[in-house]
Amino acid sequence: MLGNEAIAAGLVENGCAMATSYPGTPASEILAGIARLKIDTGRPRHVQWAVNEKVAFEIAYAGCMSGLRTAVSMKQVGLNVASDPLMSAAYMGVRGGFVVISADDPGPHSSQTEQDSRLMAMLAKIPVLDPDSPAQARQMAKLSYEISEAYEIPVMLRPTTRVCHARQDLPPAGVPGEEATVGFKKDPSRWAATPKFRLQLHRALEEKLDALSADPRTAPRLLNPDAAGLRAVAASGVAAAHAREIIQDLGLWETLPFYQVLQPFPLHRSFIDEILGKYSEVLVIEETTGVIEMQIADRRRVRGKQDGRVPSVGELHPETVESVIRAFAGLPGYAAQMPTVPGRRPTLCAGCPHRASFYAVKKAAPRGIYTSDIGCYTLGLNLGAVDTVLCMGAAISQAAGFYHAHRHLTTRPDIVATIGDSTFFHAGVPALIDAVAQQVRFVLVILDNRTTAMTGNQPTPATGVGACDEPLSAVDIEGLVAGCGVKFCRTADPYELEPFIALLKEAVSFSREQGPAVVIARHPCLLDRRRVPSDRKPVQVVVTDDCDGCGYCLKHFECPALVQVKGEERVRIDPGICSGCGVCLSICRNHAIVAVDPGN
Amino acid sequence: MTEIEAKRSQIVISGVGGQGVLFVTRILAEAAIRHRRPALTSETHGMAQRGGTVISHLKVGDFASPLIRPGAADGMLVLKEENIAAHQGFLRPGGWMVVNAIEAADAPGVACGQIDADDIARQIGQPKAANVILLGFALAWLDGSNVGLWCSRRDIEDIVASGGDGKRSEDLAAAIDAGYAQGMKS
Repeated sequence: MLGNEAIAAGLVENGCAMATSYPGTPASEILAGIARLKIDTGRPRHVQWAVNEKVAFEIAYAGCMSGLRTAVSMKQVGLNVASDPLMSAAYMGVRGGFVVISADDPGPHSSQTEQDSRLMAMLAKIPVLDPDSPAQARQMAKLSYEISEAYEIPVMLRPTTRVCHARQDLPPAGVPGEEATVGFKKDPSRWAATPKFRLQLHRALEEKLDALSADPRTAPRLLNPDAAGLRAVAASGVAAAHAREIIQDLGLWETLPFYQVLQPFPLHRSFIDEILGKYSEVLVIEETTGVIEMQIADRRRVRGKQDGRVPSVGELHPETVESVIRAFAGLPGYAAQMPTVPGRRPTLCAGCPHRASFYAVKKAAPRGIYTSDIGCYTLGLNLGAVDTVLCMGAAISQAAGFYHAHRHLTTRPDIVATIGDSTFFHAGVPALIDAVAQQVRFVLVILDNRTTAMTGNQPTPATGVGACDEPLSAVDIEGLVAGCGVKFCRTADPYELEPFIALLKEAVSFSREQGPAVVIARHPCLLDRRRVPSDRKPVQVVVTDDCDGCGYCLKHFECPALVQVKGEERVRIDPGICSGCGVCLSICRNHAIVAVDPGN
Repeated sequence: MTEIEAKRSQIVISGVGGQGVLFVTRILAEAAIRHRRPALTSETHGMAQRGGTVISHLKVGDFASPLIRPGAADGMLVLKEENIAAHQGFLRPGGWMVVNAIEAADAPGVACGQIDADDIARQIGQPKAANVILLGFALAWLDGSNVGLWCSRRDIEDIVASGGDGKRSEDLAAAIDAGYAQGMKS
């Protein structure tokens, strides 16, 4: 069972009645797992992909205000988007249990930052649990509900990539837990508190934290109580799993007391007293920021990130943990390290419609500023068609910023923003409204592949189906764009490359004179199982003797099906990879890529 | 409990996005579970799956950490030869490596099996099946060696057969057989 599926099982087994999410690696499989359980068992009663993390949070929060056990899951940068309701929900508290799952990505493997969600829990003043494995993540889902209800407080469960995407032999999900009786009870002084009442709620929150830091259920555990020694190690999350294995392998289990911290914030007061009372030095190992470390007041005896013993940047690989423990325990030698060899960079799939769109953008605005966004299409970087990537929705607001910064120039650069359909819904719409009002002269290309591709093809609001494949209403992107006040909005298939380039050129001219122009590049993602089968026949292409090996197609089109074998001048088509999209027929300057007539 | 059952095993599976590294990892983990042995894996998801380097760690036996330390892996299945430079460091001294490559890999100090799984995949009309062909090859190649895996060809066939629709299972079984036959020859 995948770590994320274990979390899904833990939530549903314990009576989760509503679960919401916005997809994001490494958290995406949590809601997908809950949706599968709903398809099998009919529970939880409500499972949905929301338009963004803030909306997801608020929906699930209203569920727990109504007495139900609910959960919202997201990746760590998604919690930034949901931070506004999080801060306030901490004050107002919960009635039914409410678990906020924020999956961190030390490394980072698939994220913009390595931020530590536990700091966000500290900022909001809510407890956070830090699982070391899929099995423990499942147990902590149960524990989260228990303490959430006992203290009427949202609880954060913070797995990391190595927990989310670890797979472990675990019993399959049990029978869904009984769902609570629903009923919202009005209490305006709490649920609609004015600042005067907020002060009281803040005071109550501090009292809850005080009690939580003494609750035995979440207290740190000494895993080798027979170990005798004056120095101890404390760790949390997957770093605790690495450390446990390494302390055993190094033969230190009898001599190096090892604590696992389950709840890094608020750290238990008795634990702080114990380690400072019993040991001369304590080594703290955790990802990514020193959250446990900073709560231990006596700096002279704490070893960790602040004195540089434990790295503050990057994932804590087990070999790093081994080196740190060896040095702390006074063992000779270092752990073997991996050589740093650059791996293969990711690329858009063969036949990806985004590739055609990016090629067209470069043709239509060759010296433009290209702002882009978060998704598969970030890989337009490889094609030189992506200059900026900041965060969800920023392609549009950054385009506006570049326009305002350059607009006094006599020759302004053209500005072309690219954004995926799901990202446009998530955070692009407010920025587009702003750009219309401010008369920003730029072209927005909405890369509409009818799905949230990067994270595993979850539906978007335009898909018209839900998390459990149930039919829903589909939101019309053209109507939405028009509703924002955009005067130029046209839709086309980027596979028809020449007309698509012509359309983009038209949009660029419009934008120079009149304001925002939107082109919706619509072609379904080839990986999306839900896509409507195309009646378009695959085009079989070959490279003729006219190829002079100039490499233009490799550099500017970068399709994985176009390969140049070492020692050969000519480019070849790899038929095992080629999807038959035929877009490359228009690329070669020597016309050396040609279609094979299937009749021959 | 036989010697193999008592032992801890650590395997690295290395390739690029789209080759089916996760699929092979899951089959091998499932086989371990069927032998009532704890299995712990770590997978690559997200951005890297778009054609980038992908690696799975698979640990069978009593482990806490999902990751293999450098110099600790017993063996490595390599679906993309170019990954050897990056990932060979995981192997322990005396470890083994089974590689999908046109020619035998140059890996001093390592017992190394080689199969052109991509070519066989094309020959049997399943261009995406190099992953299970390599797995079939490894089962034959390791059979009789003192390292071994925790499972037999039979285990893998059973898992594939119980995996769902008929045509897909048959194709997978045929691909595993093709790799196995090649492994018996070498």
